[in-house]
Amino acid sequence: MARSFYSIESYGGKPESYNLLPFRFLALSDRREVLVNDVGDYLIAERGTARALSQRTLDTGSDLYQTLKAKQFLYDADSAPLLDILATKYRTKKSFLKGFTKLHIFVVTLRCDHSCHYCQVSRQSADRSKYDMTLSTARRSLAMMMRSPSKAVTLEFQGGEPLLAFDRIKEIVPRAKELAATMGKDLDIVVVTNLANATDDMLRYFRDEHIKISTSLDGPAFIHNANRPRPGNNSYELTIQNIQRARDILGVNQVAALMTTTRLSLDYPVEIIDEYVRLNFRSIFLRPISPYGFAVKSRHRTGYEMDRFLGFYQRGLDYILTLNKQGVDLQEVYAKIILTKILTPYSTGYVDLQSPAGAGVSVLVYNYDGDVYASDEARMLAEMHDTTFRLGNVHRDSHHAVFTGDAFRSLLAASCNETLPGCAECAFQPYCGADPVFHHATQGDVFGHRPTSAFCYKNMEIIKYLFGLIGRGDRDIDRILFAWIRNQSINDMGDRVTTCG
Amino acid sequence: MNFGAAVVGKVATRAVPDDDRSDKILVGLLDERSTDESRGFRGVITTSRAQDNAAMIDTLALPIVHSVREVDHFRDGDIVVMQPKSGFVRTLHRPDSPHNSLFMTERCNSNCLMCSQPPKDKDDAEQFTDINLELIRLMPSTVNFLTITGGEPTLLRNRLFRILRALRETLPNTDVHMLTNGRLFAWPTFTRDFVDAIHPRLVLGIPLYSDSSTSHDYIVQAKQAFDQTVVGLHQLARHNVPVEIRVVLHRLSIPRLPQLAEYIYRNFPFVVHVALMGLEPTGYTPRNKEILWIDPVEYQDKLEDAVEILATRGMNVSIYNSQLCLLRPSLWKFARKSISDWKNIYLQECQECKVLEQCGGLFQSAEKMHSPHIRAFHDRTSA
Repeated sequence: MARSFYSIESYGGKPESYNLLPFRFLALSDRREVLVNDVGDYLIAERGTARALSQRTLDTGSDLYQTLKAKQFLYDADSAPLLDILATKYRTKKSFLKGFTKLHIFVVTLRCDHSCHYCQVSRQSADRSKYDMTLSTARRSLAMMMRSPSKAVTLEFQGGEPLLAFDRIKEIVPRAKELAATMGKDLDIVVVTNLANATDDMLRYFRDEHIKISTSLDGPAFIHNANRPRPGNNSYELTIQNIQRARDILGVNQVAALMTTTRLSLDYPVEIIDEYVRLNFRSIFLRPISPYGFAVKSRHRTGYEMDRFLGFYQRGLDYILTLNKQGVDLQEVYAKIILTKILTPYSTGYVDLQSPAGAGVSVLVYNYDGDVYASDEARMLAEMHDTTFRLGNVHRDSHHAVFTGDAFRSLLAASCNETLPGCAECAFQPYCGADPVFHHATQGDVFGHRPTSAFCYKNMEIIKYLFGLIGRGDRDIDRILFAWIRNQSINDMGDRVTTCG
Repeated sequence: MNFGAAVVGKVATRAVPDDDRSDKILVGLLDERSTDESRGFRGVITTSRAQDNAAMIDTLALPIVHSVREVDHFRDGDIVVMQPKSGFVRTLHRPDSPHNSLFMTERCNSNCLMCSQPPKDKDDAEQFTDINLELIRLMPSTVNFLTITGGEPTLLRNRLFRILRALRETLPNTDVHMLTNGRLFAWPTFTRDFVDAIHPRLVLGIPLYSDSSTSHDYIVQAKQAFDQTVVGLHQLARHNVPVEIRVVLHRLSIPRLPQLAEYIYRNFPFVVHVALMGLEPTGYTPRNKEILWIDPVEYQDKLEDAVEILATRGMNVSIYNSQLCLLRPSLWKFARKSISDWKNIYLQECQECKVLEQCGGLFQSAEKMHSPHIRAFHDRTSA
């Protein structure tokens, strides 16, 4: 009754031919290249691997062949191409699209007490009637926001300085909650504020209403105060006190900080990072300023070449890794977003690096005057009298009209890097995004010209740098990167992370 | 034998009130009992000889297995089955054991080189299903954990679904683990029917031995098995069925173990657990020792890499069936005492080991087939 056993040859092993599945590749160095498929599975291999693979000169009996097959770069007669598996992985990578627009930014006022050099939009004005969102506009905006098919929506209050319109916020919040409950939506609320005008009453209100705070901290005093002039030149001191006060009232995890990199910042990555560590932040986002609005106009003061930013970024990243190895928890947000795309099967919810681009698809901005923009950058352009990306107005246009209008459609046409010249064949396409608003602003064309695109240059360099880290095969680095991705403490990732730099 | 169908009942070795006998099997000497004391049971298992008690047996008219050599291992509350024809008595359930199972069939559509329970091509589904349904009815509701095993349980199809529904009704709070090769779940209709019948606390244990289809198919001795299991895993995920992936460690699965770990994370990040399991030297394994055996001390690098890949990515990973003296210390915290009590042994050299309490020991069948590197730790700190 006993059954026979058959040799491995009965199950394949050295097929005579194979078929390719879609993939792209890029040289990382003289010795190595990276192959990436449509769902972000990658292989760092010797130079020439992609050539051998495509020219069918690969040894089908080799380990490399099995690896390429398991990662779905090819298939052969020994097993099915498993396209359903690939499809599921693709769907997972694009799951940020599920539900459509999630982030809804309300510009409740343009007024601000600061006069930052790089700010695109703010007004030093006491004229409430001119620069505040009216209640009627807020109501129309909420109605449009709740038309989003998304089950989970985020309402973000921006400005200007939104706390200068705190009374309006207090009118909007209960109405938003009521509408969300009626529509069966989960609602998150965030307020982006410099905190300078935050009273204890306001902070207690945010605590009671479960509203998160995102504030600005550009680094130590000499950088922060230089970047963010205000009467009294005390922005830094106010920010530090107010972060502490906000944490005391709301809880540490409810208060996040964002930094903007200016020309002055570029020489001080270590000092900026130390400031974040000193204040017990677990994350820092090394962000370049966007080339819009006042930032474009005042380039002589704050603008800089992308190379200088990349030098700053890499020094910063290296310093953070050194701190991590000493057991200090700090993650760099931009790297974490890209690493999540490379190292995990999941997608990210970050709207500024996705394909289709986030503008409109994932974000809508409701300006104080009722105009609806595809993104924060789009409304900044509008303040520069370029209204290309104004999708409509809450008083005049329906949700349907906004998303079927010419403005949105022309934006959408340039929103998929799968189809953009220079992106379609790029190995990093699954990890990158499209940014038609940026390319319109800098190159006068939503499609853009990749060889001269700062967006492309920045992301190519950063992704290459990250592949350099991944490719080291350094267990400590791997643990650190996954600690970031998983929001875990470095110290909970196992015993072997070294304790000296 | 005086009965034609299997009799399943609870062991009663002591006197039982009249009205509480109908689901019980009387175990013990007949000679010392009166007819009244023995009436109304579901069956009788006795060391007494039939010819010495012929009149009483006639009067009782119960299924009886007689002239049994010894009955001392039966305890009150055990659930046993009396087999017709052969007269075998098999224990199905012990209330005090953490390792109870429902054995579903001896048939299998794979034929793994290292199978510990080699399949038999006979039609036993109906017989086992009847026994298991009765077993489920009799089991105390306090049973914490049950394994559904075989053979390949999914081959039973509708009968499996009946078993699952019975479990769901009778033992909804019991943790149920079903061992299956997962191949049939590649068919969406099968998966849907399965999900209709599913038990609320069921986890499936599904083996995947390589990220290479050739390697996996060879190990399980079935063409297309890799494709079917991989698609099946995704079908199950679609229905949110919790799944554990089980990898048996041997000379054929070790070479690509780190690649398999990465493959599992990229393709099945939803699995609730990954078990990396030492070889059980029983069933087919001794026969295929030449192609399967690798001393665990030789695969520590690969094992450590695989565990690191899974743990770093937040996957829940364990090592089963390994002895601590063979495991790299960094892996100790992943080792579990996984071997069922009734087949778990320690060697002579283990007796003086200071970490014996923490160690999962060996399979009984490993007494003759184990690493020569097994040794005692003489103090805890050397470990």
